[in-house]
Amino acid sequence: MNDMNTDTAAKTPEAGEATGNVKHMNMIEAINSALDNMLERDDDVILLGEDIGYFGGVFRCTAGLQEKYGKTRVFDTPISECGIIGVAVGMGAYGLRPVPEIQFADYIYPGLDQLISEAARLRYRSAAEFIAPMTVRSPFGGGIFGGQTHSQSPESIFTHVSGLKTVIPSTPYDAKGLLISCIEDNDPVIFFEPKRIYNGPFDGFYDKPAKSWKGFDEAQVPEDYYKIPLGKARTVTEGSALTILAYGTMVHVVESVTRAKGVDAEILDLRTLVPLDIEAIEASVEKTGRCLIVHEATRTSGFGAELSAMVQERCFYHLEAPIERVTGFDTPYPHSLEWAYFPGPVRIGEAIDKILSE
Amino acid sequence: MAKASDETGSNRPKLALHVPEPRYRPGDTVDFGDLDISEPGKQPRPDEAAPAKETFPLCNDLIRVLGDDDKAHGPWDPRLDAETLRTMLREMALVRAFDNRMYRAQRQGKTSFYMKCTGEEATSVCATHALAGDDMIFPSYRQQGCLIARGYELTEMINQIYSNKADKLKGRQLPIMYCSKRLSFFSISGNLATQLPQATGFAMASASKGDSRIAATWVGEGSTAEGDFHSALTFATVYNAPVIFNVINNQWAISSFSGFAGAERATFAARAIGYGMAGLRVDGNDPLAVFAAERWAADRARANAGPTLIEHFTYRAEGHSTSDDPSAYRSAEEREEWPLGDPVNRLKKHLIALGEWSEDHQEAMDAELDADVRKAMKLAEKNGILGHGLHHPFHTMFEDVFEELPWHLEEQAAQAIRERQIKFPEDPAE
Repeated sequence: MNDMNTDTAAKTPEAGEATGNVKHMNMIEAINSALDNMLERDDDVILLGEDIGYFGGVFRCTAGLQEKYGKTRVFDTPISECGIIGVAVGMGAYGLRPVPEIQFADYIYPGLDQLISEAARLRYRSAAEFIAPMTVRSPFGGGIFGGQTHSQSPESIFTHVSGLKTVIPSTPYDAKGLLISCIEDNDPVIFFEPKRIYNGPFDGFYDKPAKSWKGFDEAQVPEDYYKIPLGKARTVTEGSALTILAYGTMVHVVESVTRAKGVDAEILDLRTLVPLDIEAIEASVEKTGRCLIVHEATRTSGFGAELSAMVQERCFYHLEAPIERVTGFDTPYPHSLEWAYFPGPVRIGEAIDKILSE
Repeated sequence: MAKASDETGSNRPKLALHVPEPRYRPGDTVDFGDLDISEPGKQPRPDEAAPAKETFPLCNDLIRVLGDDDKAHGPWDPRLDAETLRTMLREMALVRAFDNRMYRAQRQGKTSFYMKCTGEEATSVCATHALAGDDMIFPSYRQQGCLIARGYELTEMINQIYSNKADKLKGRQLPIMYCSKRLSFFSISGNLATQLPQATGFAMASASKGDSRIAATWVGEGSTAEGDFHSALTFATVYNAPVIFNVINNQWAISSFSGFAGAERATFAARAIGYGMAGLRVDGNDPLAVFAAERWAADRARANAGPTLIEHFTYRAEGHSTSDDPSAYRSAEEREEWPLGDPVNRLKKHLIALGEWSEDHQEAMDAELDADVRKAMKLAEKNGILGHGLHHPFHTMFEDVFEELPWHLEEQAAQAIRERQIKFPEDPAE
C-alpha cells in the first residue's frame, strides 16, 4: 500500500472535498494534519494545552505546529484544566475558535464546570449573543496499561449534557475529517481520540504483536482539507444477522470478532454520539432484527443504556431478540487486570452467540 | 475510626480545629473602631507600568481619596470634572432607585428573584467609568451598575427580570442574569467565579490579535475560594494578560462572613502578591478611589504591563437576595456602624463641597430617577410579568441549545407543544 502515498486522487471511503496528495497517516498524523489545515485556513483557530507547544504534545498530535504557526497560536498552558477550558470560553467570546487539548480524558474533570455550566450553556443563556465554538480534544480509553487515571472512557458524562456534542473517530481518515468539522462547528464539541488505536487498529488480542495502520485504506488520508459531517454513522460492514453499534477502539475489536466467527454482522461506527445518527441505527436494526451495543466505558448509565432504550423505543416490533450490551465493568480501570476489564473478544463473542441463539 | 494507641504520641499536644466566627451576631452591639482605616490621600501611587512589587504595600493598605472634609486628597485623586462626577452620582442613584423598585416588584409577585447592590454602587458604576466603552465586562451577579453606567435601557433590564415576552434572553435566565453583547457585557452565570478564567481568556485573545480592548471581571470575596479564581490568576500572570480582577469584599457571602474565604489571615488584595501581579486595596465606598484604582489598572493593562487584582473593601448593606434574611445571622447595627459610609452620600457631599451640587438638586434628581424607573416598569409590564402567560413560544425552549436543532430536540419540542394543546384545548396556540 505504500506506493499509494503519492496518489493524487483521494481514494477514500467517502469522497470529501479533498484534492491533492493522499498520504499514509496514522491517527496522530491525521489529527496533526487536520490541525495544520485549520491553523492555515483560519487565523482565529488557536491551540492550547499542557505540553502541546514546543514539545508537540505527549502523544505528538501537535508536533511542529508551534514552529509553523508561532507561539501565540499554539502554546503550552499551566496544569489547570479548569483554566484551559475557562480561557477557551473567553477566547470564544472574543471571536476565536480555540482547540484546547486535555492531555488525558481522565484529567478533564477539573474543567467540568466550565464545560457543563459555561461552554455548553453559553449560546442558550445569552440567546445566541455569545457562543463557545471550541473543540476539546482529548485522548481516551484504555488498553495501554495506563492504570485508572489514563484509561477512562467518560463519554457518557458529556452525552448527558445538553449543549455539548460528542465525537469519537475510529480511523485516521475519519479522525481528520471529523476533527475539521468539529473545529468549524459553532457549538462546543468533545472530541475523544481512542489512544489505543493512535498507531494502529486493535483487534482485541492484546497478546499478539501490535499492528500499525500501514496497509489500511482508512489510513490513506488526503493532505488537504476535507470534512466528514457530524451526526453521520459509518457502515463498517454490511450484514443481515445482527446490528452491532460501536465507536472508537471497539469498532475494530468487534470487526475482528465477527470476522473470526464468520458472523454476517452489520457494524455501525457511530462516530458522533450527540447528535446521533438515529436513522442509520433504525434502518439497520429494522433490517437485522437484532442489536448488540459495545463500548469500553463502564456499564451503568453508559451510553449503551441510552442506545438500548432508543432501539427498544423505536424498533421494538422488529426485534427478534433482546438487545445486548457489552461494556467495561463497573470498576475503576485496573492496571494489572486491564485485559480482564476490557470488553474483549470473549465477552463480545458470548453476547453475539446469545443474541443469535434467541 | 483510627485511634492513636495509648503509647504512641500520648505526650503530644492535642490538635484543635479552628472554625471562623464573625465578631457580631444578631442583637450584638457593633464597634468597628479597631478596623484599620487608612487616612485619605496618604497612599502612594506607583506609575501604571511599575513593577508589580511596587504595589504590594498597597495590598495591605486602603487607597482612599475622599476625606471627612468631603474633599479629594492625594495622588490617587483622579481629578475628574464636575460633569463626570455628577454623571457617576446620577447613575449610582439610579441603580439604587432601580434596586428599590425591583425589590418591591419581587415582593409584589411580579418576578421570582432579585438582588440589590445597596452600598456597593461605586464598585460597579465608577469602575465602569474608568474603562473604555468597548472593554469587555465579565460580571458577577451584583454588577447592575456596570450596565446602567453603559446606558442599558431600564425597560430591557426589567423585561429580563420579569422573564416576559420581550426579554431578550427569552425567559431562560434567572432574573438579573443579564447579557448584552452590544454593551460588551458578558452573560452572567449563576455558577460563581467561572467568569474569571473567561475574562482572562478574552484578554489573552485580544492580546494575541494585537487588539486594544481589555477585560475586567468582578467576583465576590466569598467565591475567591473557588478553584477558578486560582486558575484565572495563574493564567493571567503567566500570559501577562490585559485583565482586571475586581474582588468585591462586601464582608458577607450569604450568611458566611469573609473569614470563610480567608480574611482572618490576609487581605484579598494580598492574593496578588503570590502571583507576582499588581494588587490594589481600595475603599469601595469612595467613588473617586474606585475610579482611580480601576483607571490605573486599565492603563496598566493597555500598556501591556499586565493584570491587576483590586480588592474593593465595602459592605453589603442589604440581604444577599430576596431569598435571604440577614437578620438571622448578622447584627443589624453593622450597616449603621460601617465606618466607610455610603458611596452615594459621599459623592453627593463631595459635589456639594465643590459648590457643584445641592441637597435640593439631589432631591429633585432622586424623584426624577424614581419616576424614570416607574415609567420603565409600566412599559415592561405591558410585555408581561413572570408566570402570567406572556412568555416566549414553547419552541424557543429548544432553540439555541445548539446552533441547529437536532432531531431529538425537534421531537421533544413537538411533545412540549402537544402537551400544551392537551392542557389548553380551547387555546391551542402557544
